[in-house]
Amino acid sequence: MTALLPRRGLAQILALIVILAVDRVVSPQFFDLRLQDGRLFGSLIDVLNRGTPVALLSLGMVLVIATRGIDLSVGAVMAICGAIAASLADSHGLPVVLAAALGAGLVCGLWNGFLVAVLGMQPIVATLILMVAGRGIAQLITEGRIVTFSSPDLVWLGNGSVLGLPVPVVIALGMLILTGAVVRGSALGLLIEATGGNARASELAGVGTRAMILAVYVWCGVCAALAGVIAAADIMGADANNAGLWLELDAILAVVIGGTSLFGGRFSLVLAVLGALIIQTMNTGILLSGYPPEFNLLVKAVVVLAVLLLQSPKFSGLAGIAARLRRTKA
Amino acid sequence: MTPKALFAASAMAALLLALPASAGQLTIGFSQIGSESGWRAAETSVSKQEAAKRQVNLKIADAQQKQENQIKAIRSFIAQNVDAIFLAPVVSTGWDSVLKEAKEAKIPVVLLDRDIDPSGKELYLTAVTSDSVHEGAVAGEWLAKTVGEKACNVVELQGTVGASVAANRKKGFDTAVAKHPNLKVVRSQTGDFTRAKGKEVMESFIKAEGGGKNICAVYAHNDDMMVGAIQAMKEAGLKPGKEILTVSIDAVPDIFKAMAAGEANATVELTPNMAGPALDAIAAFKDKGTVPPKWIQTESKLYTAADDPQKIYDSKKGLGY
Repeated sequence: MTALLPRRGLAQILALIVILAVDRVVSPQFFDLRLQDGRLFGSLIDVLNRGTPVALLSLGMVLVIATRGIDLSVGAVMAICGAIAASLADSHGLPVVLAAALGAGLVCGLWNGFLVAVLGMQPIVATLILMVAGRGIAQLITEGRIVTFSSPDLVWLGNGSVLGLPVPVVIALGMLILTGAVVRGSALGLLIEATGGNARASELAGVGTRAMILAVYVWCGVCAALAGVIAAADIMGADANNAGLWLELDAILAVVIGGTSLFGGRFSLVLAVLGALIIQTMNTGILLSGYPPEFNLLVKAVVVLAVLLLQSPKFSGLAGIAARLRRTKA
Repeated sequence: MTPKALFAASAMAALLLALPASAGQLTIGFSQIGSESGWRAAETSVSKQEAAKRQVNLKIADAQQKQENQIKAIRSFIAQNVDAIFLAPVVSTGWDSVLKEAKEAKIPVVLLDRDIDPSGKELYLTAVTSDSVHEGAVAGEWLAKTVGEKACNVVELQGTVGASVAANRKKGFDTAVAKHPNLKVVRSQTGDFTRAKGKEVMESFIKAEGGGKNICAVYAHNDDMMVGAIQAMKEAGLKPGKEILTVSIDAVPDIFKAMAAGEANATVELTPNMAGPALDAIAAFKDKGTVPPKWIQTESKLYTAADDPQKIYDSKKGLGY
């Protein structure tokens, strides 16, 4: 049975392949791709494009979770930064818009990091504050309306394409490579894992755990800001009530599906993004299937349960024992 | 309500309080829910306009989506001995005791936009609400009339699963198109009343229906989802409003913008003017003792490109939607 016990990533890749196959069954044209106005068009592209916000969130979230933290505020930060970007889009150039939105995300991250690393609050409580307050801040910025804009630069960020791929996908890919290069190209990733594994021991061993924790929350805020800007650019407007709503849960789910433990320590960026893609592949499949919407959440829950069971060593162990028992009986 | 508008409202209320009430001028307290949506903000601004038109002193209390705040506001209106109370109830139950207090003080209560639990029927004078089943039916009838005899595959963007207004708008539309066998709802999925989800769901509808070739019309339970769906159609190289008909509900300003651009066909208005009919009913009740019917249904008006959408957009965009 040890053969079934996954090497890292095997369970996730298997799950993705199975869900893709199911999607192909419910929707025969799932893998069809064509060019439409110089941009690839098809359900696979939808999966990548719609999966971008959660993928970006999971990039920050996985680092936070690796330090044994959690960031519930990312959805609200998306709303704030989307609102800022939309409000400035028609009066300022793209660099100013991006700087303001990402700067706001950075400040939000600093705030969370300050509460957790400096004041020693529990992450779930500390980030809950901004989760609740953040949406209110976003509503104040938009004055409760959906702020629309027509700035072609910002719209391009959501709907444009580079070499046939949607811009958001390219951005997410770039962020994955950048984050990977920074944390895995240096000892940073190891230090983050050490902080999450045992903060006290790491501190004694000379790891600046506070700085690590502060840094991961800041990065999480920046990733959320980028996701918020993309979400606003996608619909050419900032919807403070709904932008990023409940996406923090999807981001956490993506990280967990990616095999990173909520108890901190070892993490994988690529698998977290893969987790985000698994979630979106499932969502797109549900939309294509034509089932009544009442089933959406149920299907999602069952699939998530199956993916997590697939990863659980205990479950694999149980399955192994059952198989052995059956063999001895026969 | 936005902070600015809140400030303006309280400033206005203070100003009105400072003025000596002229003889015969009605004073009405309005317990409004709070800033839950753009439509709610528009309702508040239209209520102020309607009251000003009739020279009624309207005192608006923002409940910030909390029932206890609404109950407090009603008690304070009773203490001030207003002529009538308007209530947009945030929930449907738990009003019995405070409405009894109003009844004992002989202050008539009018419900706006939402009804309360049937047990409290004798506790209020009348309810001014829209019929969301009828809204769906108006949308369906427009589509049936526009399509005529030819076969038409419709895709539907539903509101949030479990929301009564979504269920009603679906029911009304389904009943209307059921009379026309050439109309068929081929796909129906929830877009959660939001632009982003409306766009995402429409993208999948387009893929599932042969790149959109098999879709003849889109019906959305609100305009916001339709705005998202219109973007999805455009990005797929389709021409909404021409190749694919659109009909949605609410009549928010942005759908008129799309209509003016020829990208949307029709919308059914959920009027933000609930206060106007309520004010008229109260005036008649006070002057002549006319008891209004228990339910005053607001008009579900249909707007199409023939109604000068640009002008409507200009008139609506300042209302706070």
